[in-house]
Amino acid sequence: MTDALTELLSTRDWLMADGATGTNLFNMGLASGDAPEFWNIDHPERIRTLYRNAVEAGSDIFLTNSFGANASRLKLHDAASRAFELSRLAAALGRDVADAAGRKVVVAGSVGPTGEIMGTVGTLSHETAVEMFEETAAGLKEGGADVLWVETISAPEEFAAAAEAFANVGMPWCGTMSFDTAGRTMMGVTSDDFVRQVDALPNPPLAFGANCGVGASDLMRTVLGFAATGTERPIIAKGNAGIPRYEDGHIHYNGTPELMAEYAVLARNAGARIIGGCCGTMPEHLRAMREALETRPTGPRPTLEQIAAALGGFSSDSDGTGDTPAPKRERRGRRRS
Amino acid sequence: MADEDDDIILADLNDEELVEQMFDDLYDGMKDEIEDAVHILLDRGWAPYRILTEALVGGMKIVGEDFRDGILFVPEVLLAANAMKGGMAILKPLLAETGAPTIGKMVIGTVKGDIHDIGKNLVAMMMEGAGFEVVDLGINNPVENYLEAAAAEKPDIIGMSALLTTTMPYMKVVIDTMVAEGIRDDYLVLVGGAPLNEEFGKAIGADAYCRDAAVAVETAKDLIARRHNQRAAG
Repeated sequence: MTDALTELLSTRDWLMADGATGTNLFNMGLASGDAPEFWNIDHPERIRTLYRNAVEAGSDIFLTNSFGANASRLKLHDAASRAFELSRLAAALGRDVADAAGRKVVVAGSVGPTGEIMGTVGTLSHETAVEMFEETAAGLKEGGADVLWVETISAPEEFAAAAEAFANVGMPWCGTMSFDTAGRTMMGVTSDDFVRQVDALPNPPLAFGANCGVGASDLMRTVLGFAATGTERPIIAKGNAGIPRYEDGHIHYNGTPELMAEYAVLARNAGARIIGGCCGTMPEHLRAMREALETRPTGPRPTLEQIAAALGGFSSDSDGTGDTPAPKRERRGRRRS
Repeated sequence: MADEDDDIILADLNDEELVEQMFDDLYDGMKDEIEDAVHILLDRGWAPYRILTEALVGGMKIVGEDFRDGILFVPEVLLAANAMKGGMAILKPLLAETGAPTIGKMVIGTVKGDIHDIGKNLVAMMMEGAGFEVVDLGINNPVENYLEAAAAEKPDIIGMSALLTTTMPYMKVVIDTMVAEGIRDDYLVLVGGAPLNEEFGKAIGADAYCRDAAVAVETAKDLIARRHNQRAAG
């Protein structure tokens, strides 16, 4: 059976994903430091509203309120054992909203990072990470998610663990990393590295890309980096609505709906097929993005200069790819093995 | 440790060469070599404090600068910090015995609801690497933890970290509580984390926002020096 996302991708040139989860939930009264996932039980109507707002603003895909629904993050709230249950509920509420939408809407089960470090200097083993992701994935599947969607990942080890977990539960999936450090992820992954990792997976994702990070410009540069590899896999662009400011007791992102509309069109021109927002992206941004995507033609791939002119400058000179490798330090000589 | 022809025997190096070699070995995260070199310098009569400042802090400064400049990334910095920790573990008891000065003390933690401690750990390591005494509160700290630690440890600096949009406003809760208790000005408050920026730091009433661990070290040194000057002048 073909999954809902593959089906939509086969009939449409572009799809619009959703916007922010955290920022929207704050506006509904979530207190800072509390786990948003508890609202799947305590305030299911608010979570339905969150989803419905994205759908009504034109999203073809929305992510479930399960970003932190893994054992590692939930243990902060003495709820490590509830990853499955909270994930299942997040997806089930999403299923209700999608099925009532009157058109095909994809419920994407959000899977966030564990927050722990893997690899040689880390504390989290591959096996434990797979187990944790599998628990979340199984809950999302049970709740009726169409696809799984791992996001905001920095480490290739963690991405690989999520992919393996998704294979174990037999679900199609998407995955995005967050490129927030001089054009790379916090762990140093470039756009180019990521494409290579994705292509080499035994169960590659339906689509892959970038989310969150620094701002729309940096994210666009990353998308261009993906496209430059010539990959045929659909690219996802989910950028923040500008940068956060603290105003009148709450967080406000400075990106306007007009800017995000501009970003959406540029992202499509750059080669992204799934376009959405991340932190700070509210329904009014999504509506402006949808309108722009529907009414404006697809243009040529933008240059970095055009991106900077439309969306603002970049946070670093280089994104770590291409012919300008970072200068290496002069060393004294050999290294012992 | 392979014994190839081009191997460097640490003990054969003179002091200056050995310190240079330690810079390289810290950069490459070679813990065993750093530990060996610390022992060699101690045997040669170096004071623990001199080893700390000239070799370890000096080496970590290069790591910090390359991290700041986007040449090194988190995995390399973690390895380097791990190597430095090996050296520090040897020096720490000796430093305590000799009553060596510290340049300041910091209490640091990730705020309530936030598990992401990579950035916080980096700051803690780099601050230690720069000679600060660091008390690490770990992750998920409610405001009470910061206040209790402040009272118990009497630090110069309180550092808060958040990596999520949903947790960053909690920093303001901590600062507001400090203001309400009348202790805000007793400490320098530094904040950091991926979603933050300078404007945010100012808006919530922190002394500074630090973009990364290297900047945190520079800022901490700078603010402590300024505070000393102010106190001397006042």
